[in-house]
Amino acid sequence: MAIREHRLVFKHIDALGYTRDIDCYLKHGGYEMLKKGFAMGGAAIREEVKKSQLRGRGGAGFPTGTKWSFIDPAKVTKPIYLICNADESEPGTFKDRQIIYKDPHQLIEGMILSCFANGVKLAYLYIRCEFTEGWKILEKALGEARSHGFLGKNILKSGYDLEIHVHRGAGAYICGEETGLIESLEGKRAYPRIKPPYFPAVLGLYMCPTIVNNVETLCNVKHIVEMGGEAYAKIGRPNNTGTRLLCVSGDVVKPGYYEFPCGALTMGELIHDVCGGIRNGGKLKAVIPGGSSAKVLRAGETYKIKEKGPDGNLVEKEVKLEDLRMDFDTLASAGSMAGSGGVIVMDQTRDMVECLANISTFYAHESCGQCTPCREGVLWMKKILARIAEGHGREDDPNMLKEVADRIAGRTICAFGEAASWPVQSFIGKFKEEFSLRIRRNGTAAKRDTVSLTH
Amino acid sequence: MNPWNHDVAKDEKDLVDVQIDGVWMQMPRGLNVVEVAHRAKKFLPHYCYHPKLSVVGNCRMCLFEMGTPKMGPDRKPVLGADGKPEIAWMPRPQIGCATGITPGMGIRTDSALVKDCRNGVMEFLLINHPLDCPICDQAGECKLQEFSVEYGTGASRFTENKVKKPKNVDLGERIVLDDERCILCSRCVRFSSEITQDNVLGFVNRGSHSTLTAYPGKSFDNDYSLNTVDICPVGALTSKDFRFQMRVWFLKETKSLCTSCGTGCNTMIGSREGKVYRLTPRENESVNSHWMCDHGRLNFHYLESKERLTRPLLKAAGEQFPGTWVDAIARAAEGLQKVKPAEIAIVASGRLTNEELFVLKRLAGELGVSQVDTVPHLGQGDKFLRSADGNPNGRGAELLGLSSGGRVLSGWAAAILSGKIKALLVLGGENLISAGIPASTLAKLEVLIYSGILSNETSRLAQVVLPGSGFAEKTGSMVNVHGRLQRMTRAISAPGEAREDWMILRDLRMALTGGNSLHSVEDIWKSMATEVPQFQGLNWAKIGDLGIQIESSAKADEAKLA
Repeated sequence: MAIREHRLVFKHIDALGYTRDIDCYLKHGGYEMLKKGFAMGGAAIREEVKKSQLRGRGGAGFPTGTKWSFIDPAKVTKPIYLICNADESEPGTFKDRQIIYKDPHQLIEGMILSCFANGVKLAYLYIRCEFTEGWKILEKALGEARSHGFLGKNILKSGYDLEIHVHRGAGAYICGEETGLIESLEGKRAYPRIKPPYFPAVLGLYMCPTIVNNVETLCNVKHIVEMGGEAYAKIGRPNNTGTRLLCVSGDVVKPGYYEFPCGALTMGELIHDVCGGIRNGGKLKAVIPGGSSAKVLRAGETYKIKEKGPDGNLVEKEVKLEDLRMDFDTLASAGSMAGSGGVIVMDQTRDMVECLANISTFYAHESCGQCTPCREGVLWMKKILARIAEGHGREDDPNMLKEVADRIAGRTICAFGEAASWPVQSFIGKFKEEFSLRIRRNGTAAKRDTVSLTH
Repeated sequence: MNPWNHDVAKDEKDLVDVQIDGVWMQMPRGLNVVEVAHRAKKFLPHYCYHPKLSVVGNCRMCLFEMGTPKMGPDRKPVLGADGKPEIAWMPRPQIGCATGITPGMGIRTDSALVKDCRNGVMEFLLINHPLDCPICDQAGECKLQEFSVEYGTGASRFTENKVKKPKNVDLGERIVLDDERCILCSRCVRFSSEITQDNVLGFVNRGSHSTLTAYPGKSFDNDYSLNTVDICPVGALTSKDFRFQMRVWFLKETKSLCTSCGTGCNTMIGSREGKVYRLTPRENESVNSHWMCDHGRLNFHYLESKERLTRPLLKAAGEQFPGTWVDAIARAAEGLQKVKPAEIAIVASGRLTNEELFVLKRLAGELGVSQVDTVPHLGQGDKFLRSADGNPNGRGAELLGLSSGGRVLSGWAAAILSGKIKALLVLGGENLISAGIPASTLAKLEVLIYSGILSNETSRLAQVVLPGSGFAEKTGSMVNVHGRLQRMTRAISAPGEAREDWMILRDLRMALTGGNSLHSVEDIWKSMATEVPQFQGLNWAKIGDLGIQIESSAKADEAKLA
């Protein structure tokens, strides 16, 4: 393999003999960063995180240091809460669960450091309901941390108190949207809140300033404390620092989770070198680079990417799909996103109509139903797609689908509107001929051997 | 009363410059864009937003294009040729209900993007909505219909199967829900949890299948539940009392007052061809805001009661027979003249208007009758609108000097038995038996004259029964328990030969004392304004639709306690 993994967060994941109990963690230098962090002080940790240019790993890629800087623990009079978003539900994403199941103490240490840095006395770990085992693992790990004095009153005699509670999610994708998560944590339906005014940093959990960070993001904080912000920022590329966990699924020889410096490898290297290429010797047809809500990229496409040249000026380059760097900015300029790191690879056997119908079924099932465009539009799109997939498409359906998606994206309370519309916009936009063909062959084509999508 | 008042600016004088559809104007800082547009005579359509409920921003109908001042390199706004800030427009539309205005903000309520947003929301709302307007009670006052016409497209592109949801759901004693019509704006959910603190409504299921329902095993029947029918923008919540009774466009709307307690909630009477179909609250921030209690709202069917008195009755040989007004008035006058003024007692009523009471006061004064009082009606109040004082105009009777709140009246049973009171003139349909004067005592009276709208144990004992008018059948004014003078207007005519009470009293007065000069309610008001200190300087027009505070609420309370 030409490119080597750089394992930071996944350092011990699947390592021979590594277990998830605290003794093993301690043996591998666990909770040492707690001592270092406490000695540094909260403001210093925040400064290091800022310097590290760490970007949120949940999907949006918002700079963590900036998110933290919205709250000044010295000025806030209300309690400050930190919530670890472990509601990993984006189709194609399975990185956080590796950490939770295999190295929970890394997450807890990262969380304690982040809480300490932001003056948080009470934190919540909101874990996806379906991770039943993960929930038990976390409860056990928290118990161990508590009995070792890493949690509770006067942690390591620093005078700092912290409690972390695990809260099991409510079994819905929308619970992972940060304000929906907060509502759910408060015991209500996970209806995302309107922003403004309910920015978590101002009016979050129980209307108090709240930081919501992803599992991977919090783990990275531990490594930033360990190596310092500047050293961390040297991993990866400017503005796309650190390592990135990538979850590759679909038609590759070796699907799985990998960790690379952000932007260190290209899409082609990931698919062909790391994952052993397309399975059965097939051909790459399309790839969704950041979880099912990210816009699909089509093999053979080229993208105009602006990059900083050696002289520091932006230079526009034409780049092929295989040559796209796997980082936030490159994938964004290619019109998609790095999202949650879920790379879904599709080969030439995949029917784009079926793929999109499948994705749409998921979003129609998961729309919370709070705001009009998403509630009504997403199910409508699903119904049209199911109809096309079953051989009852109409000529104007692709156009109409795109128009419906355009009227959802950007007009909803939360980003779910985009998450549900982007696949439709991109699949239809990039594979229009496939939809048209399917519609033209209505009735004459043999029915595909697929699961019925009309339920 | 209301936890939220989005239509009220924190400080009406703290103004900021905003540009609305290209025109700069000054508006109170922080007011939301829906309200600002309204003040600018523009309109941002909305379903979920209500000025008295929390803002949830779920309907997405009030999306508008927003801009902020363009900042120069010096971080100061770049000024245009007109000296006003240049505006940088945001690509994403914002919701007007949750956006407070800031200095230099640009607002577009009618751009191509805004129109497309509204058109999109309308299309989405209608795809799963039943096309049952012809049988829907909301038709004619339905925001979905109105905005469809204004912002929608004539035809639908939706050809799939609609989502099926429960219909004809019994939410409580007074409300029926059609979930397929519901657009999930959550106004009713917020009303019940925020205003009445009765957290019984909510949504179940997800996405398009979201369904409004009451908590399992609970029923939505608090005394304010019907307000949700008013604020429901569509025909999802309907009143069992009103549904299928009358198309709303046939209803004549008349401004009136609720007379079921001393609060005097402002109401709109919906009537057609002499029949009242419904009462709805009329917005008055000084009294009832947008609300009224279910008890008051539904308390109008008695106008059509079987017990309704529609003709004057005269007693002969121990039985009451219908007679003419001329005979009835003459018989009543004759009766009252038979006894000495000191032997007459008058049961005025806190249910009568000030005008009626004033004519009565003239009559009593001219006759020399000094024993006048009202019957107290004490009931169960609540912390919200309902007053424990069941008299809608008890305070008016006090101000006119016709009431001691029942103290004087409490001695009358004994006075009748001892023969000190020989004649009783009962007004306002008061039933003296429930007020503590037994039928056997009333039977001792030489003269009993009754005026009211329903027959009761007292009316059946009377020698003369003078049929009067109900609240919807008269024009007049009342003073509520908080010292607010308010007007009510006649919506329908009294049935049969029943007459407005002030006319009955005028005729009785003419027959008894020859007194005249009061030809209309306005006339009465003119005279009353010179005699009643609290009414001085006021005329009919000045009271206005929303009434006028004539004494401080505290003072009215004090007077009540005294």
